[in-house]
Amino acid sequence: MVADYLERLRREGRIVIVGASLAGLRAAETLRAEGFAGSLTLIGDEPYEPYDRPPLSKAVLLGRASARHTELPHRREIDAKWRLGVAATGLDLTAKRVRLADGDEVEYDRLLIATGVRARPWPKEEEARLDGVCVLRTRDDAARLYQRLRSGPRRVVVIGAGFAGSEVASACREKGIPVTVAERAGAPLVGALGGAIGAVAADLQLENGVDLRTRVTVTALEGDAIGRVRAVHLSDESVVEADVVVVSLGSQRNTEWLTGSGLGAGPRGVACDAGCRAFDFRGIVTDDVFVAGDVARSPHALFGYQFLSLEHWGNAVAQAETAAHNMICHGADRRPHLWMPAFWSSQFGVNIKSVGVPPMGEQLMITQGSLAERRFVGVYGHQGRTVAAVTFDNARWLEFYQRQIEQGAPFPVEFPTVDRRPEGRQPVPADFPDPSLPTHGPTVTLSGYSPADRQLVFTPARH
Amino acid sequence: MTTQASLVRQITDFAHRADPYPLYEELRRTPVLHEEEGGPYVISSYYDIEALLHDPRISSDAANLAAAGADELSQAENTGLPPSFIRLDPPAHDRLRRIANSAFGPPHTPRRVDDMRGELAAIVTGLIDGFGDARRIDLVDRFAYPFPVTVICRLLGVPREDEPRFRAWVDPLVASLDPETREEAGADFAKSAQEARTQLGMYLAGLVEQRTREPRGDLLSDLVHSRGPDGAMTMMEVLSTAVLLLIAGHETTVNLIANGMLTLLRHPEILRRLREDPRLAVNVVEELLRYEPPVQMVPQRTCIADIEVRGVTIPKGSRIWLVLAAGNRDPERFPDPGRFDPDRGDIQHLGFGSGIHSCFGAPLARLEAQIALAELARRLDNPRLVQDPPPYRRNAVLRGPRHLEIAFDGLR
Repeated sequence: MVADYLERLRREGRIVIVGASLAGLRAAETLRAEGFAGSLTLIGDEPYEPYDRPPLSKAVLLGRASARHTELPHRREIDAKWRLGVAATGLDLTAKRVRLADGDEVEYDRLLIATGVRARPWPKEEEARLDGVCVLRTRDDAARLYQRLRSGPRRVVVIGAGFAGSEVASACREKGIPVTVAERAGAPLVGALGGAIGAVAADLQLENGVDLRTRVTVTALEGDAIGRVRAVHLSDESVVEADVVVVSLGSQRNTEWLTGSGLGAGPRGVACDAGCRAFDFRGIVTDDVFVAGDVARSPHALFGYQFLSLEHWGNAVAQAETAAHNMICHGADRRPHLWMPAFWSSQFGVNIKSVGVPPMGEQLMITQGSLAERRFVGVYGHQGRTVAAVTFDNARWLEFYQRQIEQGAPFPVEFPTVDRRPEGRQPVPADFPDPSLPTHGPTVTLSGYSPADRQLVFTPARH
Repeated sequence: MTTQASLVRQITDFAHRADPYPLYEELRRTPVLHEEEGGPYVISSYYDIEALLHDPRISSDAANLAAAGADELSQAENTGLPPSFIRLDPPAHDRLRRIANSAFGPPHTPRRVDDMRGELAAIVTGLIDGFGDARRIDLVDRFAYPFPVTVICRLLGVPREDEPRFRAWVDPLVASLDPETREEAGADFAKSAQEARTQLGMYLAGLVEQRTREPRGDLLSDLVHSRGPDGAMTMMEVLSTAVLLLIAGHETTVNLIANGMLTLLRHPEILRRLREDPRLAVNVVEELLRYEPPVQMVPQRTCIADIEVRGVTIPKGSRIWLVLAAGNRDPERFPDPGRFDPDRGDIQHLGFGSGIHSCFGAPLARLEAQIALAELARRLDNPRLVQDPPPYRRNAVLRGPRHLEIAFDGLR
């Protein structure tokens, strides 16, 4: 019977994907590649076909690429019905219907939720409306910010020194624009990489002429008589005059449309099992609703079965592929989503890459290179195991450390390496902030508990 | 044990040079092969090679290799210069390679290789025109050999009028790297090679000095005027790097082109398609780098810690051979690996190595081979092999035909 249902689904079923960005597109392509012949609908609140976001805070701000030309290349024809520029506003699990902002309703047999995240806005609405106050998440945001930077602002203030904020600051400096970065923590990037690495990022900013203010919060944005932002007030009572303010306080998950639907969705995302099936609010797994990308949180065997929310490009691709595969497969043929978390950033001329889950680490060891030279490999340890690694301009070694993480290799790292310096012989505290404090948002969020705490060997699938 | 004990020797044995692939297949049955006390650990599976190329416990440092007791395959050529970055570990390697790269490729010099496109095509056209009325040529001597050295001259910035002199020094130098030539030629040859080396060194030193005073747009000028955070190279470092580019960029490209034409002539259908659509050259060259890689193995690595590969512990200080050509035909990685198939969607070969020592000149080598093979395919009328297999060079590492006699009906 199940076989019949699946056969019919594959032949003439209706699959709806809510979210028309990277995860949505890759899922649609995977469905078609794996033989789904039914009807496919992609719903997206932005009016554009899926585009790539990483360039928006880098090449686009520098004018090396146009925000209009960041469309994602398609891997294959997907023969889908596109509903772009119209947001999904509700979900009826019983009737299997998605409600749209224009009042329309779309029925599905299987649903994929890939609504992602949006930029967290400046909390004081009146101040947020001041001309010159921006966020950076979408193609339109990037085009607007690019225009602002091009018109030669006297000073830009970036609120929040996470990856996006730091990349904006880097673009400003590269264009010779004075920039002030205000950060609540003691250094940039601490949420994602900890204070020890954050100190390196701070040096990098200072050396590149960023006016970096740490351990401060922004208390107010001040406008002039005609509603343009003119100054930023900080908690140390200093005032910074600026005509552009970039609010870079991390992201919020797009789950409001699921309120009341009965799914286990909330501010931390939509919980799903390792097979990408969404949980309902009772913790019971659904079988017709799947989740992928930034909005998903799913348990990972390698990291103590913690639920991980990953705002990583590669995760969106891998999870979309797994979700799509599982949507049209029998139980035995389904695959778990066991992607190794990984991200990259490029700022102030430095290439930063990471694998694993750095915020899990209590300790850090510089196994190659040196912090002072800003070229190094840092390894994070948690309870005697290697759980993550980060490189500054040393990405070619990262594969090795990924395997170390997969194998649950012991920490501290005792073996010699080709560029081990005296500073790298002893672990130091990784120095992550207390996770209960609000930050601009680590790129990995840990939540949930561990159903099992056993040593395991992680063997990822090979191509 | 007896058959195993002979495997490494069979691979180095010249008798197997024309087709070492059955030996590699046998090699892969023992993915970590250690035949005798003090001998190398030979790694032949794709994923193991890939992993070790990114393993920070593996050293390329010439001093570590010497301590491990180098063998005939891993010995460095004696250039009388400090070790170039191919034989150094970080951080010394990284500094030199960064400076060299800032003069050669993106992000600092993104147009260096692409800007040579027209020049490469002109050199190729000149060489093919030079076949004249001949209907039978040795493609190695007439084409594959002179092409890369001319390219290196232009890249470094050797003035055209000096090119003949420059080549007269480079030829014996490169020839002397081949053990076979060395053996056969005797003491006089060794002396002339040494002399050529000295002359070349002096010439390059003069050129470097000149570029220090009067920079031009060439690579040498950029090496001595590098203004990045790493500063510029010293004179000795520039010479080392220039000689490295000369030697590493030469023999390998000769072999890539000669292996390429040999392979195409053995697969006439693909040769025909390349003639009709030169864009196929991109995939042809990638598949060649998998199927007949010019560098068959990396024999200069040692491990600085005990490492475990497939359950075998390789003790600290051991020599390790990474047999790229065996990994490239590993059925665990590539379906139907023994088939030359430029249409395979996934050709992530080990032909250029991987990790921090991955081939520095790869973008140039790719372009040279693409242009050379597409043009040979287009212009030679009805080309065919005169002798199959052709005679090979002695060298088991940089493997390729010594001569490649081809016949054709004319030039188009």
